[in-house]
Amino acid sequence: MLQMSGVRKTYSTGVVEVEALRGINLDVDAGEYLAIMGPSGSGKSTLMHIIGCLDVPTAGTYLLDGTDVSSMSERQLAEVRNKKIGFVFQQFNLLASLTAIRNVELPLVYAGVPAAERRERAMAALEKVGLAQRVQHRPGELSGGQQQRVSVARALVTDPALILADEPTGALDSHSTAEILELFGELNESGRTIVVITHEAEVGQRAKHLVHIYDGLLRESVPVATAGAAR
Amino acid sequence: MMGWTETLRTAIAALNARRMRSALTMLGILIGIAAVMLTVGLGQGAQQQITDQISSLGSNLISVSPSQSTSSGGFRGGGSAVSTLTMQDAEMLADPQIAPDVVAVAPTSSTSGSLQSSETTWTSTVVGTVPEWLTVRAREVDTGRFFTTAEVDSSANVAVIGSETSSELFSVGSPIGQTISINGQSFTIIGVLASEGSSTTSSLDDTVLVPITTFASRLSTSSSANSVSTIYLSGKDTDSLSAAYQQVNTALLASHQVTSENADFTVTTQASLVETATSVTGILTLLLGGIAAISLLVGGIGVMNIMLVSVSERVREIGLRKALGATPGVIRRQFLVEAGILGVLGGLVGVGLGFAGAAILTPILSMTVLISIPATLIALAVSLGIGLVAGVYPASRAAKLAPIDALRSE
Repeated sequence: MLQMSGVRKTYSTGVVEVEALRGINLDVDAGEYLAIMGPSGSGKSTLMHIIGCLDVPTAGTYLLDGTDVSSMSERQLAEVRNKKIGFVFQQFNLLASLTAIRNVELPLVYAGVPAAERRERAMAALEKVGLAQRVQHRPGELSGGQQQRVSVARALVTDPALILADEPTGALDSHSTAEILELFGELNESGRTIVVITHEAEVGQRAKHLVHIYDGLLRESVPVATAGAAR
Repeated sequence: MMGWTETLRTAIAALNARRMRSALTMLGILIGIAAVMLTVGLGQGAQQQITDQISSLGSNLISVSPSQSTSSGGFRGGGSAVSTLTMQDAEMLADPQIAPDVVAVAPTSSTSGSLQSSETTWTSTVVGTVPEWLTVRAREVDTGRFFTTAEVDSSANVAVIGSETSSELFSVGSPIGQTISINGQSFTIIGVLASEGSSTTSSLDDTVLVPITTFASRLSTSSSANSVSTIYLSGKDTDSLSAAYQQVNTALLASHQVTSENADFTVTTQASLVETATSVTGILTLLLGGIAAISLLVGGIGVMNIMLVSVSERVREIGLRKALGATPGVIRRQFLVEAGILGVLGGLVGVGLGFAGAAILTPILSMTVLISIPATLIALAVSLGIGLVAGVYPASRAAKLAPIDALRSE
């Protein structure tokens, strides 16, 4: 599903070169639920950007669902993000002017799906996250937990190969956090591949596998000892 | 790929979310378009008015007037110019052998005359001419009749007066058969001209016409009884007008024994008058329209400015849209469409304002504001173009934003 080998990422800020990732090797199988934990400055966000095809590695190879995405153009990356990845962000990143269902429809709009089919699929996704009653509400009229569920529905709607969550509970209270983690558990049960990036141990513990990142390198730490999550 | 309907829908939603700002941005384009439409409309209206007036002077009219040639300096210092045109010139031009494309010739002489009827006195222009004058100047007699060739030959004391002169001199009763005195000479009125109906040049209806022979012997102030002040000619039709012009010019150059460099006369056709007037109003229109176009340009800069603000305000939104699969092309198109809509809407309202302004200004200025459909369509196309051009730079800025930078910004 996701294979990374020797992935490096170097940023140059003026004269100083910062090596954010220093050779990441990572394998994620289909149906996996992996948590990547690390403190701030560990390269966690950079790794998330590369997994999410928001950025390309400086060196190394990255295969997503069998496709090499390490040297794609921005246009091709946009297409890959649209088709293969469902994002869940810490700040939800919903468009305030759009209703819940329009927000969920957005990835389908960019995929060129006809309006009727779009509505149907967005509705189904909202039902799956238990928000069928709130489709016409705008984000401002929803609680934090509900907003995050809308963004999970948006991540699901394209039926992506991978759901990538970046600190999904960072802005939520403990009750909503439990709800969202519950939802992730259910989605994984039904066969979804999930990668969660977090600094909260509670969130990390709920995943099937857990890896830590320090100073741009991965260190294995497997709650349930199964091979394949990390090397 | 995202469809056009969705692009439009998204653009309208974005503009609608910032209604006040969108409206103010459009105002710039709106004022520019309305100003261009009105100034160009006024210019074209004036042009048409002038063209109509010149046409009303007579169809296919050619006029020959005396001019002081540069080489004959002796004529200059002498105060009032002695006309270089004579009755013989007019007779020559009437010869079909010499000027085959000229159908009628009317030599005229004119002076200012004080008129006295039984009721009142009035000052008007007294013109001595021949019966062909009616044809050449495209005029008609309303009541009574025009004088005949026989009356010209016999220097009869008869006069035909304009409708305004008639109403000034005779408040009641028919003027036909009445006697008036012109500069102390008495004349019998035999006809009244039909009104030309032109509101701006009333002098066309305030005139007195007498046989040119009578004028020469009894009214002329000129030293030479033989000279005429202007010869009016009528060409056969519009197509042969320039041929007629050439024949007249050539014949007069030969008989006056001068060349075109030192010619002592000027031949003017209606077409050349229209051309001169058109070029003058054309330059004015261009000048005014140019000034108005600058306001349109400023409006365009306003659109660009606001689109740039919009891009930096919506960095996060752009980042999200990109993360969800919007390609740079889609984002670029999105912002271009927004700018284009601002332009077109501003243009549409501007065109509406232009029409309203034309309707209001026409009676106030008593001038025609001529707004043509092609000009309106061009105005709309221009406003769309301005919107798009103004949108290019902001849109490419938006398209170039890296999704991670865009998502990071708070």
